[in-house]
Amino acid sequence: MIWLILIGLAAGVLGGLLGVGGGVLFVPGLVIVVGLTQHEAEATSLLAIVPVALVGAVRQSRYGNVRQTDALLVGLLSVAGVAGGVVLANALSGTALRTGFAVLILLIAAQLVRTALREGRESVSPEEPGSR
Amino acid sequence: MAVRMPSERALKLMAIGTAAGLFSGLFGVGGGTVIVPLLVVWLGYEEREATGTSLAAIVFIAAFAAAVQGAYGNVHVLDALLIGIPAVGGVLFGTWLQQRMHVRALSLLFAAVLVASAVELLLE
Repeated sequence: MIWLILIGLAAGVLGGLLGVGGGVLFVPGLVIVVGLTQHEAEATSLLAIVPVALVGAVRQSRYGNVRQTDALLVGLLSVAGVAGGVVLANALSGTALRTGFAVLILLIAAQLVRTALREGRESVSPEEPGSR
Repeated sequence: MAVRMPSERALKLMAIGTAAGLFSGLFGVGGGTVIVPLLVVWLGYEEREATGTSLAAIVFIAAFAAAVQGAYGNVHVLDALLIGIPAVGGVLFGTWLQQRMHVRALSLLFAAVLVASAVELLLE
């Protein structure tokens, strides 16, 4: 139980800092530490993300960082994609899904490193037109 | 003021929602990894606005996806609460920090944690 809480705290900090729901850490935590299957971990992660994203969004909104109409459209228009994704996940074996997820978090790790290195350069030369 | 959305913009938002939804449903994550860069590249969002708007969209995406996963009987509700509620505290701290520091060192630390997790998952 203490591990669940610790996973939650760590993933929450990541979510707040980097703009993701925290699932990137919920899922491996639930598989490796708690011992859920990949399918159960992904499903449970999704429910755990809801309060996290909600509070994060409210906070970001106070900082003026939320464009509400766009957020609503992206959120509501995701329904078909969501259904397709969940059906696909449940059609795959645990091993296939776990391997795919491992590749995903390796890519995210690579992206974090790349961003961090780019920020390191930008602090030397703050203006890089066309870098985004 | 009447809101008239150019159809190209609406289509882009729909494409982002669909891609993020697929991604979220398949991997059990919020979809911010998809939404944030697409808002920046396609719609010219500034990074923090993309982050905030993404979090708001994820509320819907994750709720839909959890409901569909619930129909498959995969959701452990108590575990979700034990992780999700403390995570709210983490998010408050994280958003507070984001406004006040460069996240470079932390990004690298999280990257290391993710690589270790990936190796562990591949060995399971």
